[in-house]
Amino acid sequence: MWNFFKQLASPPHFYRLAATIIPWLAVPGLLLIAYGAYAGLFLAPEDYQQGDAYRIIYVHVPAAYLSMMAYMFMALGGAIGLVWRMKLAHAVGAAAAPLGAAFTFLALVTGSIWGRPMWGTWWEWGDPRLTSELILLFLYFGYMALRSAIDDTAKADKASAVLALVGVVNVVVVHFSVEWWSSLHQGQTLFKKGGPGMDAEMLYPLIAMIVGFTLVFGALLARRIRTEVLHRERRTRWVREMILSPAGGR
Amino acid sequence: MKPRQQRMLAVGLAALGIAIAASLTLRAFKDNMMFFIDISVVVAGDHPTERTFRIGGLVVDGSVERREGSLEMSFRVTDLKCELGVRYTGVLPDLFREGQGVVAHGSMADDGVFVADKILAKHDENYMAPEVAASLAKHVEDQTASLQDGAAECGSI
Amino acid sequence: MDAMTMGNYGVYVWSSFGLTFAVIILSDWRSRIHHNRIYRDIEVRIKALEERQ
Repeated sequence: MWNFFKQLASPPHFYRLAATIIPWLAVPGLLLIAYGAYAGLFLAPEDYQQGDAYRIIYVHVPAAYLSMMAYMFMALGGAIGLVWRMKLAHAVGAAAAPLGAAFTFLALVTGSIWGRPMWGTWWEWGDPRLTSELILLFLYFGYMALRSAIDDTAKADKASAVLALVGVVNVVVVHFSVEWWSSLHQGQTLFKKGGPGMDAEMLYPLIAMIVGFTLVFGALLARRIRTEVLHRERRTRWVREMILSPAGGR
Repeated sequence: MKPRQQRMLAVGLAALGIAIAASLTLRAFKDNMMFFIDISVVVAGDHPTERTFRIGGLVVDGSVERREGSLEMSFRVTDLKCELGVRYTGVLPDLFREGQGVVAHGSMADDGVFVADKILAKHDENYMAPEVAASLAKHVEDQTASLQDGAAECGSI
Repeated sequence: MDAMTMGNYGVYVWSSFGLTFAVIILSDWRSRIHHNRIYRDIEVRIKALEERQ
């Protein structure tokens, strides 16, 4: 088991393995998204209160979930990198940040587009769910700015890992904000007590979207880690040999 | 831009981001970190008097009254313990309806009615087709009734 | 046509879906360009070194 991880964490091995894995994540992911989007937009019935406006859930929930998932990759990568001095772990953190920022942006904007007709407002300052998600976006920006500010990769890895770990508090706040405090945002639908608060015809497309987005996220993350690894290892022998080999290694 | 200037800009942006994050946190989580105040708290008189605040609750069935030909309206809000009258003039969100959650921003008037300058609708975490909702309506009514039977008296927070 | 207008919510629903897919595709496209540029830079440097030797 340990050897398996050690081998996985070796940059050349991961670089080659990721190239093989990416289509296996992307193709099923895109198929699930195609089904989920079609069924969510056209097959699922309208909601008894919200009419068709609730269909925004099919992009809003996967984006919001991945905005937190990406952060956990970033923080976990930072922690593993700090404790075990594993180079690949820091590369995972650096690769996850721009993806996390993109999904956080999407969660905020699709939520705002949903809030306008339903709640009656694009944005409410002071709402704990909305505000903590916005802070999440600023944490991603801070992480990326910190990385680009430090030229020395090893130093940048350490400093940004510390920042990522401190910011985990906020992910916890995002998740529990609707339970701890009063909020305009409704509570958990999928994992609430007594099962999901959703009809099956609405629920299956949502699950397909969540799983599909996660797989595509995995593919996007794997590609960004490869780029990160290639850049970090640019002066190593394996990169030189790979590039000079007839097959190359793009 | 020179590399040094780029670094300065990046550090500045990082500092700015953290400052904004911190101030937003403080702003969001003051007032005991509550977005709105429960009706019972307001009825008990335990609400801010010097400034505006938000209340949250359910719109009482049959309590919505509209003035003909204007945007003036009034309704009552409940937290299943206490009830409070609300006056409002303006456009309502699509989801505003009797029996549903509502958040109102405003202040208390001298006559004991909450005067709102903004009404937001809250929706719950349940999603279902209209037909399913109709067949469930009976069950929900029973549930609300039993909730109201078991609810504490107004005044005991 | 009903499926498009969605009881006047079409504009909200379609813009949410459109934006989401646009951002994901754009992010993927940019990361591909970034990867290829890094690869080419290394390739140029290594090939130049090879020729000198």
